[in-house]
Amino acid sequence: MNEVLKALSDLPGISGHEGPVRQFISKHIADHVDDIWVDVLGNLVAVKEGFSDPGYKVLLDAHMDEVGFVITSVERDGTCKFATVGGLDERMLPGKVVAIGSDAISGVIGLKPIHLTKGRERKRKVKLSSLRIDIGAKNRSDAEKHVQPGDPVVFAGSYYESGPIAWGKAMDNRAGCAALVALLAGEPFPFTILASFSVQEEVGLRGAQVVARSVQPDLALILEATPAYDLPTDRDVSPNVVLGQGACLYVMDGGTISDPRLVQHITNLAHDHKIPYQVRQPGGGRTNAAAIQRSAAPLPAATIAVPVRYTHSPTSMMSLVDYGHLIALTEAILRSPDHNSFSG
Amino acid sequence: MEDIYRLLHKLALEPGPSGDEGPVALLIAELWRPIVSSVEIDSLGNVIAVARGSGTEPRQIALLTAHMDELGLMVKQLVSFPDEDGAGFIRISGIGGVDPRQLFGQRVWVHPSPAEAEPLAGVIGALPGRMLSQVKANEAYDLEVLVVDVGLSFTELRQLISVGDFISFRRKPRKLLNERLTGKSLDNRAAVAAVTLALRLLSEREHSWDVLAVATVQEETRLLGAASAAHRIWPDIAVVVDTTFGKGPGANDEKVFELDGGPALGMGPNVHPGMTEALRRAAEALEIDVHTEVHGRHSGTEAFAVQVARHGIPTGLVGIPVRYMHTLVETVALRDVERVSRLLAHFFGSLDKTFTVQLRERLR
Repeated sequence: MNEVLKALSDLPGISGHEGPVRQFISKHIADHVDDIWVDVLGNLVAVKEGFSDPGYKVLLDAHMDEVGFVITSVERDGTCKFATVGGLDERMLPGKVVAIGSDAISGVIGLKPIHLTKGRERKRKVKLSSLRIDIGAKNRSDAEKHVQPGDPVVFAGSYYESGPIAWGKAMDNRAGCAALVALLAGEPFPFTILASFSVQEEVGLRGAQVVARSVQPDLALILEATPAYDLPTDRDVSPNVVLGQGACLYVMDGGTISDPRLVQHITNLAHDHKIPYQVRQPGGGRTNAAAIQRSAAPLPAATIAVPVRYTHSPTSMMSLVDYGHLIALTEAILRSPDHNSFSG
Repeated sequence: MEDIYRLLHKLALEPGPSGDEGPVALLIAELWRPIVSSVEIDSLGNVIAVARGSGTEPRQIALLTAHMDELGLMVKQLVSFPDEDGAGFIRISGIGGVDPRQLFGQRVWVHPSPAEAEPLAGVIGALPGRMLSQVKANEAYDLEVLVVDVGLSFTELRQLISVGDFISFRRKPRKLLNERLTGKSLDNRAAVAAVTLALRLLSEREHSWDVLAVATVQEETRLLGAASAAHRIWPDIAVVVDTTFGKGPGANDEKVFELDGGPALGMGPNVHPGMTEALRRAAEALEIDVHTEVHGRHSGTEAFAVQVARHGIPTGLVGIPVRYMHTLVETVALRDVERVSRLLAHFFGSLDKTFTVQLRERLR
């Protein structure tokens, strides 16, 4: 059992409420870094000095926040209305268990019994506005003893491993966080590592841009969990990435074109070290690379990700083998003797 | 309530989709054995317990049923993507009235056909709605779109899983506020828990009738277990315990019942009016609040099958309110389970030789 990944996957941390995740990571990396601080927005930044080329600074970013919900009001019957935080398809919500606030109050998102529905209602997606979180309260005043508008809410999924597969909520992006924690625990690298566990990625890449602007890196690598669409469908689409076939290298998404020299360097390293990798199909979506590149002096950036099925749902799923390759490939990049081959 | 919580937690965790009730049947038999005269599992899979009465022979027989099966899924087709060397996925059929609108992201166990094989952990998923064809993109996810994913390649999957294998839902029950429990299969494990507690209470008191308690199979699909049990046992009277709609979001009219407000007694052509009256008197004696649930025709429970077994059985119906029925977050108030157990024990414990005569008088 990967205990760090399990703990990170299970911790609550919607955008703007990343505290529990930040505290866990801070405790785990403190002994392995030379400096560590939390900035105004809540980004956790750590420095691990390089041993041969400390002037060259590589920013390694992994966002800590996950998608979830926030309580917007408590109703007369004691149930709660809520809003989504980050991109969540309302079709995923009925029938799920959630945990509310710092006390992790259990709640459920119920659904009108199918017996009481009629005709078309059974086929239509259930609108967010008709869903409620039920904590078992008898009425409003009973509920208000336990929950308040503004309380953050996460899916209550618990981490589970079976063979090479790991299931859990928030693999996007606790997988990236866990990989970065693992990398920091190793021996120092030739270059100086600026580790950024950033906030508010899911609500518009907001945390990482501030980190990049304040630390001014020479290169940025973003460790992510990328949605894998390697599933059958009623329409023919190729898989963008495939579970079990290695770390995913972004060449182009909706926000960034990765530096081709850097991409070449990384793929060369992957071949040399026999680390399986796959190029993520060019397409939509954005990572913190977009924000980091725009926030500071010109710098090459690339995103490396572990493929994850069913991201932004109560149970996402990934291969621990891919996760290992993500760490190995990043490690290989960071241990390159010379940065001149891949950045000017 | 801690005792009821532990009992219902155990019952609700156990898998038992209609037609594959083996594991939950064994659990129930084990729970009942110490508190009844005898227990057997019949050839359909029903668990039948006899609580022998102290009356003189020939003793009258009361049947008490609660179905133990739950909704589930079945393997419909194994598919590969993008080709036969790629990943394997399971297309699914529903067992019973499964509501596909709440399936995305739920965890399951896939049970390979050899009973001794370990179940495989899986999750229900699909492509994002925007990647589906135009029509589906704006609808709820349905069983045509959803797949079960166990993380294996197509080749591996094909070796372990076959079309027709059972899939059960995986959801650990948990406590909400006010002694409420949420989880899967509370329809109808809440009733099985009430029957279990009632049998325990009956074992501690005199009762003159033989009480045959049956945890039945295949209610969610076709009321099969209760129909066959009623035929075989041929009781003088029967009481069916099932769940009914709890008042809550999406269910707010006169046909629903507050959680923790006491059970609902069925009324209408599907039950014998004398049975409903007797159950109501038992509730009054115990000062338990009960409500009336009127069914115009079919009660939606196995009372529909039991009532017309053999030459007709005087049948009563007790409903435990459950919110969000047929979802994986069904929610029940533990106090309602406790109330029903006391009601049943008192009702069966008070039966005397004249009761069947009274019922006959009632319809004269």
